[in-house]
Amino acid sequence: MAKTLVWVEHDNASVKDATLAVVTAASQLGEVHLLVAGSGCAAVADEAAKIAGVGKVHLADDPAYANALAENVAPLIADLMGHHDAFLAPATTTGKNVAPRVAALLDVMQVSDILSVEGPKTFTRPIYAGNAIATVESSDPKLVITVRGTAFAKAAPTGGSGTVEAVAGPGDAGTSSFVGSELAKSERPELTSAKIIVSGGRALKDADTFQQIIFPLADKLNAGVGASRAAVDAGYVPNDYQVGQTGKIVAPEVYIAVGISGAIQHLAGMKDSKTIIAINKDEDAPIFQVADIGLVGDLFNLVPELTGKL
Amino acid sequence: MKALVCVKRVIDYNVKPRVKADGTGVDLANVKMSMNPFDEIAVEEAIRLKEKGVVTEIVALSVGPAKAQETLRTALAMGADRAVLVQVDDGVEVEPLAVAKIVKGVAEEEAAQLIITGKQAIDDDSNQVGQMVAALMGRPQGTFANEVSVEGDAVVVKREIDGGLETVKLALPAVVTTDLRLNEPRYASLPNIMKAKSKPLVTKAPADYGVDVAPRLKTLKVSEPAVRSAGIKVADVDALVAKLKEMGVA
Repeated sequence: MAKTLVWVEHDNASVKDATLAVVTAASQLGEVHLLVAGSGCAAVADEAAKIAGVGKVHLADDPAYANALAENVAPLIADLMGHHDAFLAPATTTGKNVAPRVAALLDVMQVSDILSVEGPKTFTRPIYAGNAIATVESSDPKLVITVRGTAFAKAAPTGGSGTVEAVAGPGDAGTSSFVGSELAKSERPELTSAKIIVSGGRALKDADTFQQIIFPLADKLNAGVGASRAAVDAGYVPNDYQVGQTGKIVAPEVYIAVGISGAIQHLAGMKDSKTIIAINKDEDAPIFQVADIGLVGDLFNLVPELTGKL
Repeated sequence: MKALVCVKRVIDYNVKPRVKADGTGVDLANVKMSMNPFDEIAVEEAIRLKEKGVVTEIVALSVGPAKAQETLRTALAMGADRAVLVQVDDGVEVEPLAVAKIVKGVAEEEAAQLIITGKQAIDDDSNQVGQMVAALMGRPQGTFANEVSVEGDAVVVKREIDGGLETVKLALPAVVTTDLRLNEPRYASLPNIMKAKSKPLVTKAPADYGVDVAPRLKTLKVSEPAVRSAGIKVADVDALVAKLKEMGVA
C-alpha cells in the first residue's frame, strides 16, 4: 500500500480547513501520514492527529519552519519522501509555493491542482482555466501533487487516532527570511470555506460603492465577499478577494455574482458552486449562461432592495 | 546585474479554447497565440529594474517551437536586450520540470543574478517552473510577486498570498515569479518593434543543456468540462427573495 505524506496547512495555532480535502485525496492513494512543519506548533500536530483516517503525524518544530519558507521546508519534505510514495499539498498559495520545489528536488514532474484520483498514478486536472480537463498518468517513481480543495469532500476533523512523532530537518537554508505580512482581518467567513459568497465586479464603480452595495448584503447572509479580477485590479478590494483562474477557486452552496460579466477567467474560479445567482444589467452577459437564477437590472437599485427584503 | 526573463508562447488570453473532438488536446490550429500574460509582467518588471539602474542587461528566454521567436521579438520590442530560443519541434509540449532544467542551463551560461518569470502559464496552469528553477539551482524564490525591490545583495518581494500579502527577503541570486498586480506591461512602440528585429536572438536545443524533454506525465485524454446550463431569470427582487427562501438561505 502506498504511503502518502500530506502537508498540513496551519498558522502555528490550528489546522486550516484546506488540509481536510487533501487528506481525502491522499486516502484514495494509500496510507495517510501528515507533516506539521512550523514553530511552536505541537498543538497543531495534536489537532491534526485527530483527523479521521490519519496514521502518523510528523512534527517538525523549528523556528526555521515558522513561516513555511519554501527554501527551508522543501528539503525537509524531500528527506521525508525517502520513505513515502506521494506528497500532497493543498493548491493554496502555500502549497503552490512549496510543492514544485519539492518535486524538483526529487526530480519528479508535479501534478498540479488535481480534481480526482483515477488510479494509483492517474489523475484529472483542469487546464486552460478549466476550459478543458486533462487525465494524466505519472511515470515518476514518486508523486508530488497539489489538490483542488473544492473537488474533494473534507475529511472529518475528529475521530482519528494518529500518533505524533517529532522529526528534525535541515533547518534554515540561510537564503531567505520572513519580513512580515499584511493579513486581511475580517469577521466574515473565509472565501474558500464560506457557504454563501457575494461577489462584486467592475460595475460597482469604486471602493466606497463596493462596500456600500456588497458588504450589507454579505452581512445579511453571513456570506464571504469575493470579487472579479477587474474589481481587484481597479482597487475596489484587496487581492485576496479575487475569485478566478489565478485567484481563489470557490464552490459554495450559493454564489451571488453582482455586476460581474462572467469572463472565462472568473467562471473558472466559481462554476462549481452549487447555485449561482447573477445580478447584471446586461441580459446578454455571459454570467447568465452559467447562472441558475438571473435577475436583469440596475444593481444599484436591486441589491439594496434585496438586502432590505431579506 | 543580469536578468533572465522566461516567456512562453500560449493561446491568446481572449480566445476560448476548444477541446479537439478526438480528445487528444486543445485545438491550437489557426488560433491567435501571444505571450503568456504573467510573462509580460515579468518582462516589464525586468525593464523597470533596468530603468532604475539595478539591472544592466535583460536576456529573454523561451522554450518552444520556432514560432516562439515571435514571442521573444515581443520581449525584445518591449525592452529586452537579447534573446535565446531553446527550440523544440512543433507540437512538442515541454513539461515544467524540463523547462526548469533548461532555464538552469541558460542561467548558468549567462550568470544571471535574477530570474523572473510568470507565476503560471495560462495553457497548462501548472504554476511550477519558477519554484523548480529555484530548487534546481539552490536559490531562494519569491513567488506570486506583488512588489519587487532590490536592496544591496538581496531582493525584497511582497507576495500575494491567500490571506493577504507577505514580504520575504531573498539573498541574490534569486528567482521571482510574477502575479497580476506587480505592474502593467507597456505596449511596444512601432520604432521599438522595428528595432527589435535587429536585436540578437540565438537558437539552441535542449540537448545543448543536456536536458531530456521526454514527458513524465502521459496525457491519457483531454475532455470538455461538465457544462452548466443556464437556469431561469426572475422578474424582480421579490421573486429572487422567494427563491432564496425556497433554498433555505433567507
